[in-house]
Amino acid sequence: MTAKVAKWPGTELSAKEFYEKVTSVRFRPEAKFAWSAGEAMSRFLAELKEGRLIARTCRKCKRVLFPPRMFCEECFRPTDAWTVVRDTGTIETYSISYIDLDAKRIEEPVYVGVVSVDGASPKMGIMHYFGEVTPETIRIGMRVKAVWRPPEEREGSVLDIRYWRPLREGEK
Amino acid sequence: MRKVACIGAGMTLFRRRLQETPKELCWEASRMALDAAGLTIDDIDAVVFGSAPDAFDGIHMKGENVLDGCGGRRKPYVRVFTGGGTGVFSPIAAYWHVASGMFDCVLVVNEEKMSSCQPHAQSVFGHIWDPILDRPLKPNLVWIFAMEMNRYMTVHKVRYEDVAAVAVKNKRNAVGHPCAQLADPNITVEDVMNSEMMAWPVRRLDISPPSDGASALVIASEDFVKKHKVESPVWFSGVGWNIDTTWWTDRDLYFPEYLANAARMAYKQARIDRPRKQIDFAEPYDPFDYKELHHMEGLLLCGKGEAPTLTREGVTQRDGDLPTCPSGGLLGVGNPIAATMGIKVGELYWQLSGQAGKRQIPREIRTGVTNAWGDLMQFSSVVVMRA
Repeated sequence: MTAKVAKWPGTELSAKEFYEKVTSVRFRPEAKFAWSAGEAMSRFLAELKEGRLIARTCRKCKRVLFPPRMFCEECFRPTDAWTVVRDTGTIETYSISYIDLDAKRIEEPVYVGVVSVDGASPKMGIMHYFGEVTPETIRIGMRVKAVWRPPEEREGSVLDIRYWRPLREGEK
Repeated sequence: MRKVACIGAGMTLFRRRLQETPKELCWEASRMALDAAGLTIDDIDAVVFGSAPDAFDGIHMKGENVLDGCGGRRKPYVRVFTGGGTGVFSPIAAYWHVASGMFDCVLVVNEEKMSSCQPHAQSVFGHIWDPILDRPLKPNLVWIFAMEMNRYMTVHKVRYEDVAAVAVKNKRNAVGHPCAQLADPNITVEDVMNSEMMAWPVRRLDISPPSDGASALVIASEDFVKKHKVESPVWFSGVGWNIDTTWWTDRDLYFPEYLANAARMAYKQARIDRPRKQIDFAEPYDPFDYKELHHMEGLLLCGKGEAPTLTREGVTQRDGDLPTCPSGGLLGVGNPIAATMGIKVGELYWQLSGQAGKRQIPREIRTGVTNAWGDLMQFSSVVVMRA
């Protein structure tokens, strides 16, 4: 049947035709949101403001769940207790991004990836920025430590950590 | 459950911008699929529609907006959605409509129009991230692919050239596809390696393009096939789907376990216990070149870390032992998200019924598998079909 079709449907428009001819109408939605952070995340954000990372434990599967949650998705039961984890960890993966969230080019690349946090169960971590690294030095498996904003600048946000930097010699 | 076949397929051109509205694109694809099956809309008992997030079109409840174009008027009609996995999931929904015995003949229509979203569809992809943990970091969706690709390449010590070879193969395969947006008979690995860096290790030519397009399939019961004396039906022999938690920073991204689970579900139904031997060709979901490799492994078509070797050795070329993406894939034909049904399940249908024209695999083929992948690196849908 592929061979029998003489003209496949669809009319291509160039960018010029799309934006300059009468082939489009425009609308900009004015949608705004305020999300309640929830039980687990409200505490997580409050602890970030204090310069701490916090997790929840599940007695049944013995995991230390990070980021924290009020129920264990594996055991499907309530989690049991809060526990502070460390602000050091390991780079599980990373990217060096040359584009912003609109896919526009940016001048200085952003180092971003997943850091698994010491004290949580293996491989449990968050997405965050890395700093004090170069394309040559950053690597998967690199040990890193959180660089916190000064207490007066913290807002209860993941951005209270500016980025994660390589552990220095002698640091644990 | 009843036996279920695909008996007709249609699709529009895939292009960066199409003049037709979503509804008009649905109509064109639907009409083509019905013509191919030799049917009219009166033969259709129910309609399934698939599309990605409403935000791309900027029309909430777009299932209702397009239903006239899908032939859904005054019929049982439903929209299904599993993110990027929709392209292979909505045919599964159509399958169970028929397998259950509730309907004899179902039209499934998938559509996406990404050009509506300004200045770029990326700004809307930003809305799928967790508002508390992820969005303050201003993430671009390419990041997660870059992070997954890096993890995959690092764990298996994969060379970038072997990943880029997938983009080359698919863009070359797409030369035979009449709807292709980015077919290129002369592209080389060097072209991919020298293309603009987006988010290391992902370069521009590693990524499929945003597109507009629609596709449609006619799905029917064995009774219907016999009654209408349908020539070359292609049978669904197994379907599967599976999802992992949204806590994507809590798992090792090097292997898609959820896809392996979906594949096992489909293979069990299809009575496949040695996929590499029993499957003749595959249409793994390829929004990025490394994803084809990742998905070949998730589909259990080879061992973990072996897909780059198969690619390098030419096994996955159209004339190889296990052709992958003979359609040209998302990398070559384009990526109007849900509408890629036309180059995944649609390609299985066209190949297995011997209608793939210039793209036809040059030997006898009996069994094909395809998958799609979506949500936040957590979902996969799998379909196995037989001639």
